Amino acid sequence: MTRNAAISLTRIAVIVGGIALLEVLCRRHIINPLTLIPPSEMATSLWHLFGSQKIWDDIAQTFSTVAFSFVLSVAAGFALGALIHALPRVRRAVDPLLASYYSIPFFVFYPLLIALFGLNTVPLIVIGFIFATAAMVISTLNGLDRVPRVMTKTSRILRLSPTRAIWSVTLPAAAPYLFTGLKLALAYSFIGVIAGEFILSGGGLGYSIAYAYNDFDNQTMYALMMFVLVIAVAMNGALHVWEQRMLKKRARA
Amino acid sequence: MNVVARLTDVSRVYPPRAGHAAVHALGPLSLELRDGEFFSVVGPSGCGKSTLLDVLAGLSAPSEGTIEFEGKPVAGVVPDGVGVVFQEDASFPWLTVEDNVAFGLRRLGMDGAEIKRRVDFAVGFMGLNDFRRAYPSQLSGGMRQRVCIARTLVLQPRLILLDEPFGALDQQTRLLMGDELLRLWRETGATILLITHALDEAAMLSDRVGVMSARPGRFIDIITTGWARERDSAIVADPAFGAVTARLWSLLRSESLKAIGAKGA
Repeated sequence: MTRNAAISLTRIAVIVGGIALLEVLCRRHIINPLTLIPPSEMATSLWHLFGSQKIWDDIAQTFSTVAFSFVLSVAAGFALGALIHALPRVRRAVDPLLASYYSIPFFVFYPLLIALFGLNTVPLIVIGFIFATAAMVISTLNGLDRVPRVMTKTSRILRLSPTRAIWSVTLPAAAPYLFTGLKLALAYSFIGVIAGEFILSGGGLGYSIAYAYNDFDNQTMYALMMFVLVIAVAMNGALHVWEQRMLKKRARA
Repeated sequence: MNVVARLTDVSRVYPPRAGHAAVHALGPLSLELRDGEFFSVVGPSGCGKSTLLDVLAGLSAPSEGTIEFEGKPVAGVVPDGVGVVFQEDASFPWLTVEDNVAFGLRRLGMDGAEIKRRVDFAVGFMGLNDFRRAYPSQLSGGMRQRVCIARTLVLQPRLILLDEPFGALDQQTRLLMGDELLRLWRETGATILLITHALDEAAMLSDRVGVMSARPGRFIDIITTGWARERDSAIVADPAFGAVTARLWSLLRSESLKAIGAKGA
C-alpha cells in the first residue's frame, strides 16, 4: 500500500472509529440521551429536516450572510493590507494592534450592532466582517513582505507598468499567503455569523440551533449542529485541496 | 569604437535613516563601456559592485554624476535595451520554463509567431528544450539561472548586466556557464558587464577588468586582457591568464584587507 493511501486510511479510520465509539456510548446510555443523541439518530433527523422547507430557508439565509461577510472582508482586508504595507510608518503604528486583535472578544459588541442596525442580517455581516478582515490584512502583509526583492527588481528591468507589475508579478508571488488569508476569512466569517445567529437573530442555522436548544428538541438541535460541522469541514477541505494543487508546482523539493 | 554606456563622476550615497548614519556606497567613479565588449568588475565585498549595477541599469538614481546609455541620460528609470541577470533566482515559480522565458515578450504585445520564434531560439540556445513544460521548482539552481538568462535573451538587449550570476553554483558549473556566457556574447554581439568576486572568472572571460577599491568603491585600475574574441575556459592553460589573475589579486589584496578591517570582523 502506498504511503499516501495508508495515511488516508488511517485518517478515515480515526474519524469512523470516533463516531462508532460515540454511537456505542449513546446507545448503551453510558452518555445520557438527554445530553447527546447517537450519531445515527442525528443523521436520520437531518435527513427528515431536509424534507421540510425551514432548513432550506435557514441555509439560504446563513450562507448568503456568510458570503457577504466573506467577500467584503477579503476585499477590505486586501486593500487595507496593501495600503498599510505601502506606508511603513502606519505599519509600525498598527502592527502591535494587529498582533493583539484576536484577544478582543468581539461578540460583546453584537448587541450594540443590533441596536444600531436592527435585528436583521446586517449586524451578522458586520460581526463576520470584523472577525475576518484582520486575518486577511495580516495575511496580505505577510504575503507582500515575502515577495522576493529580486522579483520586484525584475519587474522594473522588464519595464512593466505599475499595474502590470502588481498583477503579473506581485500578486502571483504573494498568492500562497493571500490564499491563507482567504481560508481564514472564510472560517472567521462562518464562525462570526453562526455564533451571532445563535446569540440573537431572526433566522438562519444558528438561530434554529438556539431555538431547538431552548425547546429541548435534541433531535433537531444535534442534526443542525452536525450539518454545520460537516459543512465547515467540507469547505475547509475543498480550499485545502485547491491550495495543495496550487502549491504543488511551486514546491521546492 | 563606440561608447555604449558612460558613467561620469557617479556617486551613490544612501541617506541617513532612523539609527543609521548616511552610507556612501559608491564613487565617485567614471567608466566608459565600449560597444560589444565584455567588461568585468571585481572588488572586495561591500565595495558597491551591486550599487554600480543598480545605478547603471536605472534601478536607482545616482546622488551625483551622470549616466548615459546609447547617448541618452539614465536616471532612476530603466532604459529600453538593458537586460539584467541577478545572483538570486528570479524565475517565476508559478510559470513553466516556456512561460517564464516568454513573459517579457507577451507584455510587449508582440506578434505570436515572433514570440514563438524568439522563445524557441532562446530555450534551445540555453539548452532548456527538454524542460520547456517543467516548473522552476523542478530544476537545479544552474538551470534556473539559465531560465533567467533565456528570459533576458529573448528581449535582445544591447547591454547585459550580470550581478554575480553564478555565485550560488559549484566551480565546475561556473566554468561551463562561463563558456555559455561567452557563446551568448559572441552570438548576440551585446555589450556585457559582469560583476563577480571570482578573479579567475573575470580574468578568463573579459576583454577588460575594472578593479574597485573598498567602500566607497572607485576604480583603482582597469586591466586589458587582450584575449581573442573566440575564447573559452581552455584559456586557463595560457600563461598570460595566470599573469592577469595575479595582477588582479595584487591590486585587490590590500583593498580586501581594508574592507575586512572596515567591517571590524
